[in-house]
Amino acid sequence: MQTVNIIGAGLAGLSAAITLAESGVSSRLISLQPSERAQSVLAEGGINGALNTMGEDDSPEQHYADTMRGGVWLADPNAVANLTAHAPEILRWLEGLGVPFNRTETDISLRNFGGQKLKRTAYAQSSTGKIIMHALIDEARKYEQTGLIHRFPHHEFLCLLTDQDVCEGVRVQDVYSGRMYDLHGAVLLCTGGMNGILPGRTTGTTQNTGDVTATIFLQGVSLGNLEMLQYHPTTVGIAGKRCLVTEAARGEGGRLFIERGGKRWYFMEELYPELGNLSPRDVVARTMYFVRRQAETGNQVYLDLTVLSDSVWKKKLSDLRQELMHYLSIDPKKEPVPVQEGIHYFMGGILTDENHRTNLRHLLAAGECTCQYHGANRLGGNSMLGALYGGRRAAETLLQARELPGSDLIPFTGTESLAKPASPEWIREVSEILLSGLGIVRNAEQLVDAIERLAAVPASNLREENRLHLAEAMLRSALERRESRGAHYREDFPELREDLQKITVAQYDGAISVKFCELPERRNHANTTGNSQT
Amino acid sequence: MQIQLEILRRERADSAPVWEQFLFETDGSDTVMTALIALNQSLAAAGKRCIRYECSCLQKKCGACAMVIQGKPCLACDAKLTEVQKKGVIRVEPLRKFPVISDLIVDRSILFENLKTLQVWLVSECIAKGKGAELAYEASRCLQCGCCLEVCPNFCPGERFCGMAAFVPTARLMSELSGAERKRLYQAYREHIYEGCGKSLACRNICPAGLQIDKLLVHSNAVSIWKRT
Repeated sequence: MQTVNIIGAGLAGLSAAITLAESGVSSRLISLQPSERAQSVLAEGGINGALNTMGEDDSPEQHYADTMRGGVWLADPNAVANLTAHAPEILRWLEGLGVPFNRTETDISLRNFGGQKLKRTAYAQSSTGKIIMHALIDEARKYEQTGLIHRFPHHEFLCLLTDQDVCEGVRVQDVYSGRMYDLHGAVLLCTGGMNGILPGRTTGTTQNTGDVTATIFLQGVSLGNLEMLQYHPTTVGIAGKRCLVTEAARGEGGRLFIERGGKRWYFMEELYPELGNLSPRDVVARTMYFVRRQAETGNQVYLDLTVLSDSVWKKKLSDLRQELMHYLSIDPKKEPVPVQEGIHYFMGGILTDENHRTNLRHLLAAGECTCQYHGANRLGGNSMLGALYGGRRAAETLLQARELPGSDLIPFTGTESLAKPASPEWIREVSEILLSGLGIVRNAEQLVDAIERLAAVPASNLREENRLHLAEAMLRSALERRESRGAHYREDFPELREDLQKITVAQYDGAISVKFCELPERRNHANTTGNSQT
Repeated sequence: MQIQLEILRRERADSAPVWEQFLFETDGSDTVMTALIALNQSLAAAGKRCIRYECSCLQKKCGACAMVIQGKPCLACDAKLTEVQKKGVIRVEPLRKFPVISDLIVDRSILFENLKTLQVWLVSECIAKGKGAELAYEASRCLQCGCCLEVCPNFCPGERFCGMAAFVPTARLMSELSGAERKRLYQAYREHIYEGCGKSLACRNICPAGLQIDKLLVHSNAVSIWKRT
């Protein structure tokens, strides 16, 4: 079989490369920086899987139900059924790779997380992403040695090589030497969220620029649910970005409050007695937005962690405490932490089917760059799972493919106008426009205004032009969805509309179009794979 | 407050390095990294060549932005301007033990090559429990930033001693492996770490992740050199 080109070396990319290597198939693992610098290392609170080690009668079916409900029924039910059915197996695989999960006396310990009543989230203190990545990097190294995984470090994606609706490979640039290459073969994109379109305003890394998604959009790849941005309820501002305060802090007993009439009002517990502080993130973030605007309340929401026991601080959240003391000079054991909603995750992105195929043949995608698994709102603990399982699933799709394009590496010596980055000033201007339309609460007037302002922004190079189209597609997706669902709240259409339980699909063919596409029905046997074309 | 940033720049690996001065106005919240990001914004707007650096997480969890600031290796995202400045001046230069690519970017591929030399991977399944899990957690926190190698009096790229950046990931596997794998790893540890380490522990003091390198070393020596478990 031919070599597969994987763009991105975080959890999804590593998972795919390892899965291919286990079957003796080689891959090029292409990334701008080493895996140690991928955004996956920032994941904190844990990874979900119905291991049922805490005596609560959990099952993959309940994990499925929570994920679908949390995503307000906007995720592909067959994909989610696959994800949740395989989650326990993914956790056992990680355990076998020596990931030092926190444990009970006998087994992997699980903690509470948002949008789920049962303990289902495996964790390593609150550095779960970093600790899992370390084990996966070691595992990938084993195959690097045998040549099955060929790393292309310090290489940047420039564009896909396409012929009509077939992807034939990818053009990359070595940012150290400046040399460019055309790498033929199937392409799997694991390029993460689009943080770079909103610099300084997200919890993500500066590497996930959004350029890949913007470029392939103009190359004809369909994008889904672009309006679905996750605002995480508990972030704090640090130099240059929003810094996450893990949901695990509430999973372990943390409480949100706001001052009202001189007293603490634990608003989540009062307004949402069932799940309280551990309601899904969209619900918590939106509630924070509204309670801050009520008469008699203060302007600041706090996270009270003073109730947590010494043993929780020592064994489960020691890293969080150090971080808060370092950045805010606040000891969360002693005083409440002022928190604010911050952009944390992109539920929308490259549209794939449950086998992770895009609308271009031989082009697949996995991880946060995709529109897959999370619907209108992602549950905490499902992102690492989605990346690991998605990478594996995409690799399995490739392994079953009857034919794949050749895998030549051909130096490219022409001029590539995509090598020039968007200017930082320009990015900031577009970011402000996007934020004016894509806040926690939205309306048609703001969205139309943002689209008009965007149209007046000139682009001085190709990447800027691509980003403008992506930004417009995001705003137009939000404008078209005339309902409120999950992370998308329209004050002019505050109700959920059953007839809009559909994916917004943005497409470019000389002009941008946004259409609604039906979701598939759930099959009885969710585990069957689709046909073997890629 | 105004800070003068002095940055050692070179366009390409073979260009002569030149110190360039930049004045930067800060409200006190900036780090060297956010200052570099802002300086590039002005340089790009003025049509000048931007400063090249590597950066990713901005919260000292990825190791990308390691550089030498005021003579000491550290993460630029962890260096607050107000704390590192001396008389309003901050000197920034690339790490010195790695080949420079451009400006503040160095090629740290030796870090990853050394991990291959030591064969840091599992061949068969193993589950981290108890003390092993604690050590594995600590070892897994290593950022591969290279700061420890920068200050190490014994590390020289390409020589037999691989330094602490290679040791720490190795330490994750020290109690976990069995049989021939364990023997092989112990031998590699002796050859590439133990025999070359002069125990200055400068690495422990400089580590941006605050890794307890001494604790990991004590354990690794006990199990592999002194055969105590």
